[in-house]
Amino acid sequence: MNEIKHHLTDALLMAYSAGTLPEGFNLVVATHISMCDECRARMMEFDTVGGAVMDAETPANVSDESFAATLELIAKDDTALHEPVAETPARNGLFPSPLQDYVGGDLDAVKWRRVGGGVRQAILKTDKSASVRLLHIPAGVAVPDHGHRGTELTLVLQGAFRDESDRFATGDIEVATDELDHQPVAEEGMDCICLAATDAPLRFNSWIPKIAQPFLRI
Amino acid sequence: ATQKPDRMAWVSHLTAIRDDKDQKAFAEVFGHFAPRVKAFLMKSGASPDLAEEVAQEVMATLWRKAHMFDPTKASVSTWVFTIARNRRIDILRKQRRPEPEDLPWGPEAEPDQEDVLALQQESEQLGVALAALPEKQRDLIVKAYYGDLTHSEIAEQTGLPLGTIKSRIRLALERLRHQLK
Ligand SMILES: [Zn+2]
Ligand SMILES: [Zn+2]
Repeated sequence: MNEIKHHLTDALLMAYSAGTLPEGFNLVVATHISMCDECRARMMEFDTVGGAVMDAETPANVSDESFAATLELIAKDDTALHEPVAETPARNGLFPSPLQDYVGGDLDAVKWRRVGGGVRQAILKTDKSASVRLLHIPAGVAVPDHGHRGTELTLVLQGAFRDESDRFATGDIEVATDELDHQPVAEEGMDCICLAATDAPLRFNSWIPKIAQPFLRI
Repeated sequence: ATQKPDRMAWVSHLTAIRDDKDQKAFAEVFGHFAPRVKAFLMKSGASPDLAEEVAQEVMATLWRKAHMFDPTKASVSTWVFTIARNRRIDILRKQRRPEPEDLPWGPEAEPDQEDVLALQQESEQLGVALAALPEKQRDLIVKAYYGDLTHSEIAEQTGLPLGTIKSRIRLALERLRHQLK
């Protein structure tokens, strides 16, 4: 894999570690970390901060029966102890395992829908706090010019795209906020496949996508 | 009673739980962590009863998954935190939590003691660095972990001293990667 140049922000990693991100963002973060050792190590740091926060907490009173109740809980469900440690399957295909969980398989399991201009998308089911979709953008094709009301995370799974801010290749993540208006264009040579999540509807700068917006659920 | 066993002691407790189902070791781990998990959950919005119930589940998970604990990747505090956090997401937020793909190596039966020591010391130093922060800055971090700040609010906090609380854990990970090759 080529070297990843665009990583998760500290704020996203910290919120992922704290467990306070929308589910759709968690999926993009977990997928990027699956592809990126650097962000995995940073995530481990933020988990360590979480451990330190919990450790520094003034202990609450736990009732006298609590320990016995826990032993009962263990005795009740001791079967898990005898389960073999799950072997991590070697990753096959394009999608890291968290994404495969949501798709129900790899690239060939995606149920694409055309959204115009040759672009296809597949919306993945998560809770409503953010929407998350796979995008398939043919080589050389542009996604409609748009701005953002909230945060948009775009992770490249295959190929590359360019926009006003930079070039994003496989493994790179773009974190766009309301300050950025952009028109991502897939590079020539290879179709670009991205995982994108937003916590607020996009602002389109031309009238056709505006009309299509309710149908595209962007 | 406030004498705190060091992180290496917690690691050996976990080994004793894993290898010998050592209830005495488990009682000590429970005595330290269950009240902290309960406090953590209460501050995150759980009622005292629910928090205690979930704390018991977290400790039962620690027992059952003791073979999954990897002292070259986390201290026991960190590991307990991640279990408690995941239960909190499950129960309080009713959300699924996608986890990153596992690294291609799992916990080894007998990890290199030097790696274990290095990682445990890093974690300790990070805890010390957090405690040494000015109160205002520490409060912000604590708030973020109790779910009182959204990610955009965290991003707006320019005063967050994330640099100072970061450890060299990434070096530990790089070393592991390197040894594997
Ligand atoms: Zn990264
Ligand atoms: Zn965008």
